Amino acid sequence: MKRFAVAASVAAALMSTTAVSAANLEVTHWWTSAGEAAAVAEFARVFEEETGHTWVDGALAGSGTGANPVIISRIIGGNPMGATQMNTGRDAEELIQAGLMRDLTDIADEMGIRDFYVDESLLEPCTYEGRIYCFPVNIHSWDWLWLSTAAYEEIGEPVPTNWDEYVASWPALQDAGILPFGLATGWPISGVPGVLMAGIGGSDLVLAINRDKDVEAVRGEDFRRVAEALDALRSVVSPDMMVPAFGDVGNQLLEGTAAGNIHGDWLQGDLQIAGGVPGEDYECLPGLGLNDQLTGGGDSFYFPVLPDGTDPEVIEAQTELARLLISPDAQLAFNLVKGSMPIRTDIDLSSANACMQKAIPLLDNGLLPSGDFSLSSDTQQQLQDLSIEFIDNDNISVDDYIERYASIIESAD
Amino acid sequence: MTDASASERQESGTARYVRQLFTRNISAKIAATPMIVTVLVIFIGCTLWTIYYSFTNSRLLPTGTFVGLDQYTRLFGTSRWNVSVWNLIWYGVFSLSFTLVIGFLLAVLMDQKIRFESAFRTIMLYPFALSFIVTGLVWQWIMNPTLGLQGTMRNLGFDWFTFDWIARSDMVIYALLIAGLWQGTGFMMVLMLAGLRGVDEEIWKASRVDGIPTWRTYLFIVLPMMRGVLVTAVVLAGSGIVRLYDLVVALTRGGPGISSEVPAKYVYDYMFTAGNIGQGLAASTMMLLTVMIIIIPWAYLEFGGRGKKS
Repeated sequence: MKRFAVAASVAAALMSTTAVSAANLEVTHWWTSAGEAAAVAEFARVFEEETGHTWVDGALAGSGTGANPVIISRIIGGNPMGATQMNTGRDAEELIQAGLMRDLTDIADEMGIRDFYVDESLLEPCTYEGRIYCFPVNIHSWDWLWLSTAAYEEIGEPVPTNWDEYVASWPALQDAGILPFGLATGWPISGVPGVLMAGIGGSDLVLAINRDKDVEAVRGEDFRRVAEALDALRSVVSPDMMVPAFGDVGNQLLEGTAAGNIHGDWLQGDLQIAGGVPGEDYECLPGLGLNDQLTGGGDSFYFPVLPDGTDPEVIEAQTELARLLISPDAQLAFNLVKGSMPIRTDIDLSSANACMQKAIPLLDNGLLPSGDFSLSSDTQQQLQDLSIEFIDNDNISVDDYIERYASIIESAD
Repeated sequence: MTDASASERQESGTARYVRQLFTRNISAKIAATPMIVTVLVIFIGCTLWTIYYSFTNSRLLPTGTFVGLDQYTRLFGTSRWNVSVWNLIWYGVFSLSFTLVIGFLLAVLMDQKIRFESAFRTIMLYPFALSFIVTGLVWQWIMNPTLGLQGTMRNLGFDWFTFDWIARSDMVIYALLIAGLWQGTGFMMVLMLAGLRGVDEEIWKASRVDGIPTWRTYLFIVLPMMRGVLVTAVVLAGSGIVRLYDLVVALTRGGPGISSEVPAKYVYDYMFTAGNIGQGLAASTMMLLTVMIIIIPWAYLEFGGRGKKS
């Protein structure tokens, strides 16, 4: 709190001597991979050009597991930043309830955001008692199967067009010494069960489990097929072939040393930075090529309530940033680089790449609630632990997996 | 009459004791006050706070209601926690015995009036100057099956060479142990060496006169005389084991799967990533309990009989 106040007052003292009034706004986020960093730089550029305020970049390493705790503890500890990115979802739920986040309803009403948001369900996690506390800035989806063109050229087969064809190609890939499925250690596996659920199990299963927390659906036939797919997946994944970070899997795909990967669309930012061209160097299958709806998540911006005595300029800068993040210009510039879908329906995406073009029509079918949306971080952590353990330990049978998944969903809130 | 005067004397004795409690060494007591307050508020106070909130259903903020033993029931029904506990036990037993034994042996070797002793001492102690994070990262590369030692040896033509512990669920705990020993043994050696040097030269002369072999002198005379150093070494090594966290994060991130998870990592993940303070505090209370189970009998043996011994 002190540090911020000092920074703000120093800024204010400097500004009062100049004609232009501008403030420093510290913005924290965990967009640190090459593609992500390039995307956030677009926000910073537009913000500084249009408002004259200064974007003080607070990039934090460690994604949702490393950076999120830092952000939360700074806000709880009374040393809030000017604005922060977090995943759209329930991570900040209690911060909103405790009154630590700024109420953005007035800005939202003034801009009429409900008219241009692509899906109203995106705003649900931001809404508490009818007020709006955050603005989603993009739509991310885990539901992508990435395939390496080079790997399939090597075995002389066409690139699969859905999950089933992909699974059928595994033996040929293994014979050629190519990893069927590239995987990074740690959290990247946590998204895979959800993707399989949406792709193989279908939209109804996702709604039943994530939204309704229906334990019988977990024990049902559809989820069993999902668990069996995960079981098949672990037979081709071994820990000594895992790479340290998800960006490395992108390189494996471009080189053709790994044939496929399930990962969120943010992988695409890294693929593009590494020089990959969609349709030529890699192929993408939204919804595993099986489902015509995507589970939607993404990132939101929150504006913590600043302590008393903060320079009004800084608060004004918060307001301007909030307006700007969801404006058409910034949305277009940011999302084209990030590889995610914009939250507005009214912008021209003809310059988007082939993979994004595939996703645009799917958005019209409405978004499915992802785990981020409908499950608490506690439940997500338990499911992640379960998936990580299952992938590694062959002693856990499919039945055990289903039973443990069911018991987590049963106690979920 | 004698009874009365005795009780009178007793009373004035008690009064004097109370008065002296505040007045005697007043400056020393004032000087100790900040420490006493720190201990009461920060150590004991926060410990009680931790224990209290482990019985609530608090999530991101400590605001929950009392739920009894629910958090503990869940804790011991979680396979990740149970794996963590067993890992810590295995790591602890091996780490403690190996650091002490190897540290002592190295110290004995160092004690043989060798040339360049200080150079060797520096080399052995150097790993201790590195943090566990650096240690973990270094060993992560060395033990990486494709890029590290195994890959190098295989590229040199030794196709049979296998060293993939870090990627095997059943061996990964020993991979942790190697890195931990590499980092910590040098420090134990220096401690033990200081203990050895503290033994009076006369003892050695006496044992030589009696014709006792050197190894017996070390084992049965010098080692028991180093009791103070040994206790320090055990306490230092033990506290390092219980809070084992950064080495795991840097070396394996708990993997493969959950096979190298440790309790401290469980506490961190559930408190900060999962936003479940109740669960995290229940786990840390169990860690505290473990430490207490080890410390209390030892403290009782060490300090309980003080009056008799000295």
